[in-house]
Amino acid sequence: MDVGAYYLIQILNGVQYGFLLFLVASGLTLVFGIMGIVNLAHGAFYMIGAYLAFWLDAVTGNFFLALALGVPISVLLGLVVERIGFTHLYRRDHLYQVLFTFGLILVLGEVRSILWGNDVHGVDVPPLLSGSITLTDTQVYPVYRLFVSLACVVMAVALGGVIRYTRLGMMIRASASNREMVQVLGLDVNRLFMVVFGLGVGLAAFAGMIASPVNSLHPSMGDEILIVSFVVVVIGGVGSIVGAFWAAMLIGLADTFGAVFLPEAAGVVVYALMAMVLVWRPRGLFAG
Amino acid sequence: MSHRSPLLPLLFALVCIGIALYPLVGDAFYVRLAAKIVVLGILAMSLDLLVGFAGLVSMGHAAFSGAAAYVVAALINKAGVTDLPTLLAASLATAGVTALAIGWISVRTSGIYLIMITLALGQMVFFFFHDVSFWGGADGVNLDAKPVLAIAGIELIDLSDRTVFYYVALACLVGTFVLLSVVLQSPFGQVLRGVRINEGRTRALGHDVQRYKLAAFVLAGLIAGLAGFLEVARSGFVSPAHLGWHESATVLIVVILGGMGTLVGPVIGAFALVFLEDWAAELTDHWKLIVGLFVIAVVLFLPNGLVGPLARSGGREGLGKALARLWNAPARLFGRTPAKRRDDLPQESAGDA
Repeated sequence: MDVGAYYLIQILNGVQYGFLLFLVASGLTLVFGIMGIVNLAHGAFYMIGAYLAFWLDAVTGNFFLALALGVPISVLLGLVVERIGFTHLYRRDHLYQVLFTFGLILVLGEVRSILWGNDVHGVDVPPLLSGSITLTDTQVYPVYRLFVSLACVVMAVALGGVIRYTRLGMMIRASASNREMVQVLGLDVNRLFMVVFGLGVGLAAFAGMIASPVNSLHPSMGDEILIVSFVVVVIGGVGSIVGAFWAAMLIGLADTFGAVFLPEAAGVVVYALMAMVLVWRPRGLFAG
Repeated sequence: MSHRSPLLPLLFALVCIGIALYPLVGDAFYVRLAAKIVVLGILAMSLDLLVGFAGLVSMGHAAFSGAAAYVVAALINKAGVTDLPTLLAASLATAGVTALAIGWISVRTSGIYLIMITLALGQMVFFFFHDVSFWGGADGVNLDAKPVLAIAGIELIDLSDRTVFYYVALACLVGTFVLLSVVLQSPFGQVLRGVRINEGRTRALGHDVQRYKLAAFVLAGLIAGLAGFLEVARSGFVSPAHLGWHESATVLIVVILGGMGTLVGPVIGAFALVFLEDWAAELTDHWKLIVGLFVIAVVLFLPNGLVGPLARSGGREGLGKALARLWNAPARLFGRTPAKRRDDLPQESAGDA
């Protein structure tokens, strides 16, 4: 019977989507937790990452080279935007941060449209990982999807390690709990903000890149991932990395199984879940 | 803040007279654009009640107007109802109930949580109309007919007539302004302002803050429902894009651009944004680039909006002084204010050393 294998595939897909969501949402929640900035343009950087992967893959002919070049390019773009725009917003109301980053979404979307057009694109799975694992006679699972999960786990562990064990991580944790005090102690908060923002953009762009062979590239991809990441952050508790992880898993699986059991209302499942969590705990599951 | 500037109602009256007289001289295309502006103005005014007065930044406002528009479309196309009062009542009820549900979950939080939660719940409404095939799918639906008010077989108001629609919409704009002005002057409105200025203190005074916030949400939702009804009657078309969060963000831009907490500001903002979009779309296919840069510029350089300088002139100082402030506004905008803002920033004092 293939039912077991079918559900195994759904679970693997759900977990893989969850890991991907975690990469995007952790950047979002990190930037908010440390800098106090609501970055609606986070999804736009995910989109930019995916299109960079598409473009660099075509130019260099090597997906991994595209990854290696694309992440620094996106981080650089993020840092330029941070210096030009975000520095003016740290002391401003969230309302203005939201609108500024909304404007940024429109600008980045049009830049993407000018550079790469509005067509749907796909990126080929790199030959090294193009195989698939046979589960039963009829069911196979692509190796690349496992690679995506693995890459996300590596990034998550690295992120956790940096935050918990390094000096930079110490500064990040300190700033998250009391920004003014850290500033008074003589830490260059300005530089820390740049690092954190660059890290957030890097995570979003990296997620967009490694997801590009699995999902097709389309103009609204950034918006889609942004809203789901918001749901993840809200459910997990704003600013909580651990919360983002468990919420991402929950949403990844809920979305995948929602599409299986309720295809007619698949889009609503995730939000209904969020609404239920919020009725129970208005500030999210892992709110401090 | 506590005194309403006498200039604002005056400005609103001037704007309305301008709108009323415009069809006599204007090109038909711009009259249609003006009708769009009036409807957007009503929607933006209802959001101003939440953002500008109660301090509740909602990023899901288009869900209320969009849901109302969808119900109107379904009643006309699937049930053949064209009776104006029935359709209007249905849109208000839909938007009101949606606002009650979203508000009930949202108002228990504030600040950034409220922004994120309203955005996500608004998207839930979006996906409900987008995914469930009954509503017409991703491409949206065209209306088979327009709402008509007829008593004893005599057509009194036929919204398919552009001129009739224009003046009905204008009357709704005036009605919304008057209603919101009265509400905001009432004790209810005073408490709402109190919530924005200091929620904790307002609660300490014995007011059930959550209930006031929820009531504001529902009132804003009802007016948004009116705007949704008018929008679908105007364009004869509704699609999921009408409820999406881009639409909600655009309405928020309109409020900020005009000047939040002023009621008339959002109407001015609607003028500015619709004309900008129209101009940019004629200029280039990539008109959103221009709109995006414009939004960024507004946030950075015009946080108080176009009527901000007017609004800040308090009722006590009189017309002359208020006009003098207005005269000095450009200098303040480009001279002192940005410099002052730069002083507040930590990195300038920290230096690059």
